Amino acid sequence: MVKTIRFSVVLAALLTTAGAFAASSIELEPAHNDPGNINSLQRGARNFMNYCAGCHSAKYVRFNTLGRDLNLSEDQLIENLMFNAEQVFDTIQATMPLDDAARWFGSAPPDMSLMARARGTDYVYNFLRGFYLDPDSPTGVDNRVLEGTSMPNVLWELQGYQKAIFSEDDHGIEAFDRFEQVTPGTMSAEEFDEFARDTVNFLEYIGEPIRSTRRVLGVWVLMFLIVFLIIASMLKKQVWKDVT
Amino acid sequence: MARIESEIGTPKGGFMKWVDDRFPWTETMKYHITEYYAAKSFNWWYVFGVLAMVVLVIQIVSGIFLTMNYKPSAEEAFASVEYIMRDVEWGWLIRYMHSTGASFFFIVVYLHMYRAMMYGSYQKPRELIWIIGMLIFFILFAEAFAGYLLPWGQMSYWGAQVIISLFGAIPFVGEALVEIIRGDYSITDITLNRFFALHVIVLPLALIAMVFVHIVALHHVGSSNPDGIEIKDHKGSDGIPLDGIAFHPYHTTKDLVGIIVFLMIFSAVMFFAPDMGGYFLEHANFEPANVMATPEHIAPVWYFTPFYAILRAVPNKLWGAILMAGSVLIPVFLPWLDRSRVKSIRYRGWIYKMALGLFVISFVVLGWLGMQPAEGIYVMMARIFSVIYFGFFLLMPYYTTIDKTKPVPDRVVYHG
Repeated sequence: MVKTIRFSVVLAALLTTAGAFAASSIELEPAHNDPGNINSLQRGARNFMNYCAGCHSAKYVRFNTLGRDLNLSEDQLIENLMFNAEQVFDTIQATMPLDDAARWFGSAPPDMSLMARARGTDYVYNFLRGFYLDPDSPTGVDNRVLEGTSMPNVLWELQGYQKAIFSEDDHGIEAFDRFEQVTPGTMSAEEFDEFARDTVNFLEYIGEPIRSTRRVLGVWVLMFLIVFLIIASMLKKQVWKDVT
Repeated sequence: MARIESEIGTPKGGFMKWVDDRFPWTETMKYHITEYYAAKSFNWWYVFGVLAMVVLVIQIVSGIFLTMNYKPSAEEAFASVEYIMRDVEWGWLIRYMHSTGASFFFIVVYLHMYRAMMYGSYQKPRELIWIIGMLIFFILFAEAFAGYLLPWGQMSYWGAQVIISLFGAIPFVGEALVEIIRGDYSITDITLNRFFALHVIVLPLALIAMVFVHIVALHHVGSSNPDGIEIKDHKGSDGIPLDGIAFHPYHTTKDLVGIIVFLMIFSAVMFFAPDMGGYFLEHANFEPANVMATPEHIAPVWYFTPFYAILRAVPNKLWGAILMAGSVLIPVFLPWLDRSRVKSIRYRGWIYKMALGLFVISFVVLGWLGMQPAEGIYVMMARIFSVIYFGFFLLMPYYTTIDKTKPVPDRVVYHG
């Protein structure tokens, strides 16, 4: 009986939640980030280490990999990014202990190594910009992209606070309409978008640090194969010239 | 027609004679390579057999290097894959090779099977080649399914959860069978361990053995050709089929061109789009398996989706599973379902051409539907195309009998 129920749950999850992806996916503004832009990645690394790494780890990412890919010397890494790490080959660990975090927030902050790769850059970009005031929430805010998130708006100083304006559609269903700034932040809206874009760009990069390398290598491999193809075609023609 | 006399394996006395007295080396090389005659009229559809062998080698070689760094444990599997991707020298290339290879294996095998359907390669006397090929296909299914659990991502876990639980639909023994497969009451470290064993030992061994048998059967009967006629019916005075040319050097040099073109496409995906937009590597699989959180959208990898769509088209669990199993098994019977007097589509009538076209459309649409939510119009579409899919096979004895065929030429059509 229990197993039947378990199966039913799985199958129901399969049948119903299959649609949830489409249903829950709200319109996301494109992030328009460029992982080829090293300056943006450097700013993103700074943003991440200053604003995210207190709570979020990126436990598969080593500092010396960042140094290699973002053109940062060992001294620059130590001075600008490694606030609680000892060695350049260390991975990015959260300052806050995970157990405490889980107790304080209800769930431990997820690791960020693959967040952009799993959810997409647009998702994270809109998430970072999607906090709005919600007096019912323990953190005082909710997020348009991930309703009921236990994450507080750690960027409020930069962004200021905004509230969400909902409007009724033709069927009387309340839907998100737009944000309205309540208190100003230290950054303008454009500056904050740029901040979020750099951060997301960094997250996309750490999702797959090898990305730029594989593209460069791929061009060489294809050029080799083209040459090989020409030679092989000539060989085939030569061997087949008597076949009638 | 001039033929290049083979230098390979010709005993020159001395060493080769010494070997040949003890092992049939020269004889084997002649039988399978230098004096294996296949029609000169092969078109590019005939390249997918050798490409399947190429992918098999890619998978085995990349797989060996992956096992050197992968940890088959629920605690460590996900992290070890990221370790391979980031810290192992060339690990990212090995891993992408293997993940891209998995999808390409199915692309190549599906096209290989479609070629057999187009040119009637499964017909007498090649029924066993077809059945052995179907067995290879089933093993490949199991191999891909077991392999997909190993990265221990969200889709690995939940996809396996859904598919394994299907065995529970079998009356009486179902629940016990599910426990035997999982080795536990749910998917755990134990399941991961045994799937690893199946994926790296049992199934690859079975796959290689069956591929060997597939080729032995093929070389015994001889390859088919786009005209669907037997080249052995017209032999020269030397006993060699008049329309046949030696596998080496003719077909090998031609295959080499095909292999390079294939490697170019393979490399383009591997280096520039290894995720293929979430089709080859599903986005949700970049999140570690979480027993507590069901993903919003569970979909198998693309190569399973046509059959998955058939499963979901049926509201009843048991019948859904039966129809899905049936959809995978039914092609086995093609040699006996097809009553046509001609093999090749070139000489068949419009009815078979239309049926095959509808079959291809239903397969592709079902594949797409398997990725969509099972709701509303999608369910109805899945039912319609499931009927077309089964109709292609079940009505075949009828429509291939009444189909008007064209006269088949005596000798293969070859334009040089």
